[in-house]
Amino acid sequence: MNFDFSDEQKLLKQTARDFLDESCPLERVRETFEGKDSYDAALWRETAGMGWQGAVIPEAYGGSGFGYLELAPIAEELGRALAALPFSSSVYLATEALLLAGSESQKQAYLPRLASGASIGTFALEERRGVVGISGVETRFEDGQVRGAKSPVPDGDVADFAVVTCRESEGFSLCLVDLTGTGVDRARLESFDPSRSSARITFDGAPAERLGEPGEGEALLSRIHDRAAVLLAFEQIGGAQRCLDTAVEFAKGRYAFGRSIGSFQAIKHKLADIFVALELARSNAYYGAWALASDSDELGIAACLARISAIEAYELAAEESLHTHGGAGFTWEYDCHLFLRRAKLLALALGSARRWKHRLVDHLASNTAAAASSQH
Amino acid sequence: MDFNDSPEEAAYRGAAREWLEANARPLAPGERSPGLSDRGQPGMLEAAIAWQARKAEAGWACITWPREYGGRGEGPLERVIWDQEEAQFWTPPDFMTIAIGMVGPMLMVHGSEAQKARWLPRIASGEDVWCQLFSEPAAGSDLASLRTRAVRDGDEWVVDGQKIWSSGAHYAKWGILLARTDPDAPKHAGITYFVVDMTSAGIETRPIRQITDKSHFNEVFLTGVRIPDANRVSGVGDGWAVAITTLLNERSSIGAGAEGATDVAGLIELAHSTRDEQKSLLDHDGIRERIADLYVRTRAIDLTSKRTLTAMAQGESPGSATAMGKLVGAKMQQELTALGMELQGPAGALLDPEEADCAWQEGYLFAPGVRVAGGTDEILRNVIAERVLGLPPEPRLDKKVPFREILMQGTN
Repeated sequence: MNFDFSDEQKLLKQTARDFLDESCPLERVRETFEGKDSYDAALWRETAGMGWQGAVIPEAYGGSGFGYLELAPIAEELGRALAALPFSSSVYLATEALLLAGSESQKQAYLPRLASGASIGTFALEERRGVVGISGVETRFEDGQVRGAKSPVPDGDVADFAVVTCRESEGFSLCLVDLTGTGVDRARLESFDPSRSSARITFDGAPAERLGEPGEGEALLSRIHDRAAVLLAFEQIGGAQRCLDTAVEFAKGRYAFGRSIGSFQAIKHKLADIFVALELARSNAYYGAWALASDSDELGIAACLARISAIEAYELAAEESLHTHGGAGFTWEYDCHLFLRRAKLLALALGSARRWKHRLVDHLASNTAAAASSQH
Repeated sequence: MDFNDSPEEAAYRGAAREWLEANARPLAPGERSPGLSDRGQPGMLEAAIAWQARKAEAGWACITWPREYGGRGEGPLERVIWDQEEAQFWTPPDFMTIAIGMVGPMLMVHGSEAQKARWLPRIASGEDVWCQLFSEPAAGSDLASLRTRAVRDGDEWVVDGQKIWSSGAHYAKWGILLARTDPDAPKHAGITYFVVDMTSAGIETRPIRQITDKSHFNEVFLTGVRIPDANRVSGVGDGWAVAITTLLNERSSIGAGAEGATDVAGLIELAHSTRDEQKSLLDHDGIRERIADLYVRTRAIDLTSKRTLTAMAQGESPGSATAMGKLVGAKMQQELTALGMELQGPAGALLDPEEADCAWQEGYLFAPGVRVAGGTDEILRNVIAERVLGLPPEPRLDKKVPFREILMQGTN
């Protein structure tokens, strides 16, 4: 039994931290946040050069051939740095979808370009206001063409292709659509976190090919979301850790009523609560990483644990870190709001905490039912 | 990272299980071993002593202690494997937590060779039960303001004062005692740590009736109690550091025992088997989300203790992880048992085992004590904020002043 990352994995994490401290300071994140670009294309090329996008893609398809225990620390550092990259869409969702369900020719066509960063992928599930999740999917896939609209699609304005959830005569399926081809119209949407972009995409007979078996979409979506949830949890704990570190430093150095505000229990208990939430989230994320890396049948539950506690920890850390900064935290100039925005964006991606709590109880109830039936 | 046993660990688990199967009865499905609140039942103390002796004889007692003191000389991983396996068998309630979990680790750090040789093997073998004489009516969270005094008289100390919240003082052979030996020193500097024979003349023990209507704790009155100087642990005036070592171990003991007779699996069963508005409560969204929250925290506490275990196996100190486990675990027990009561509807307000599932009600009454024992929620948050996050302490008016002056000013 060993419940920690190895020395090599910790070294990789430190290397990633050092690189991002140097190449991705918050001033650079702000260039995307306040600028016209949807993401930091130069940084995207640099991380691809280090093999990050292809971390879990086998070497046969041009990947780095690392494992999830190497990708997880990278994700944590990207989250800590608030990197303005379409990393989660391309790596945790599109790449995972292809690794799980892609045919040999699909893998050969897509994975090498994903690994090199030449191609950005994304995942299109949500469709319109007023409906969330699978129940809202009306996009049709027929005769090799897809028709419908998806909004919001994370990084949809910059992605080269999308894994699209759709309905066909055999049921709910996934298909692959070239977003740079015909029949695709896309519009960038204003994002709550402008360092991460979002788009509305309309498909009007766009050429598409099925990913996986017809009618297999719901099962695949569930597996893809489990995997993405664990990796996203690492981005969340990375961001939450930075919020805590920043708040602690601010509280030590800010004086009021003749003393450091960090000496007041009202402040220190708040910061202790953030630390506790973060440590709990970290433990659950580690469990998720292990379940993912070892292809364990515990992944379903582990992903729920990781996602729910990472959402809570990051939201708490971002909200209370900002509050600890007082009025300064409410200014555009201070960085607190960048983390607040990212915490919310990541909390709502892949469905909110509510959805994952129900998913968790479904797992637990079926385990209870299984245990009960095995006793009779 | 590997959450499963290595081949060596699996072999160790097999050996532990083999011995347990030959010497104990496996729990039936749904059955639980008696817990801390069952300690008052007749025969439990004798059963606990006998079980400890049996383990010691076979070399399965105090897994992490050195062999020369009656332990097994192994690491924290082996201890956890043993605990996991032992938990699947019927065992008596724990009377040894203070001795094994607190006194033992304290003596190994601060005890003299003679003291270790004298006391540790008898703890490992279950021969001696210990109790703790730390808190006083006017010294709880602010333990260092304790007033019980010890005055030197030749090779002995004479102790007068009152202690409180001493679990097991009425049957313990030994007590660990904090007393003030120098009232002219600042409060933390004037304290000395002793081991007192609980059968000494001048010790009177009175049970405290708790809100659970049970009495696990005692008030202990000490009047002219004589303690040989050989029973002093560490130097005169050095007791505070020894107390801190003891308290850090106390939190890990309490955190480990916080699971009790109620858990999320029980909550799911209760929700599943209770109907409201033509459907099981497990199909009500609000209940589902609260169960999910509790389950997420339960697993996170367990996984956090496992991360601490790996750190310890690699030679690191557990740090303040024990404070965190106790802080989260205690509050969670309160919420968990409250939900268990709520799920029963009006029957949740009964303590009648024919009509209600009373474990939740009893657990709910016990939970406030867990939030206080071994460091309140507030003290634990201070520990985390100051020792882990490095935040400055509150300004203190009493820290550098001779203790006698604090008493005279009436600020204490």
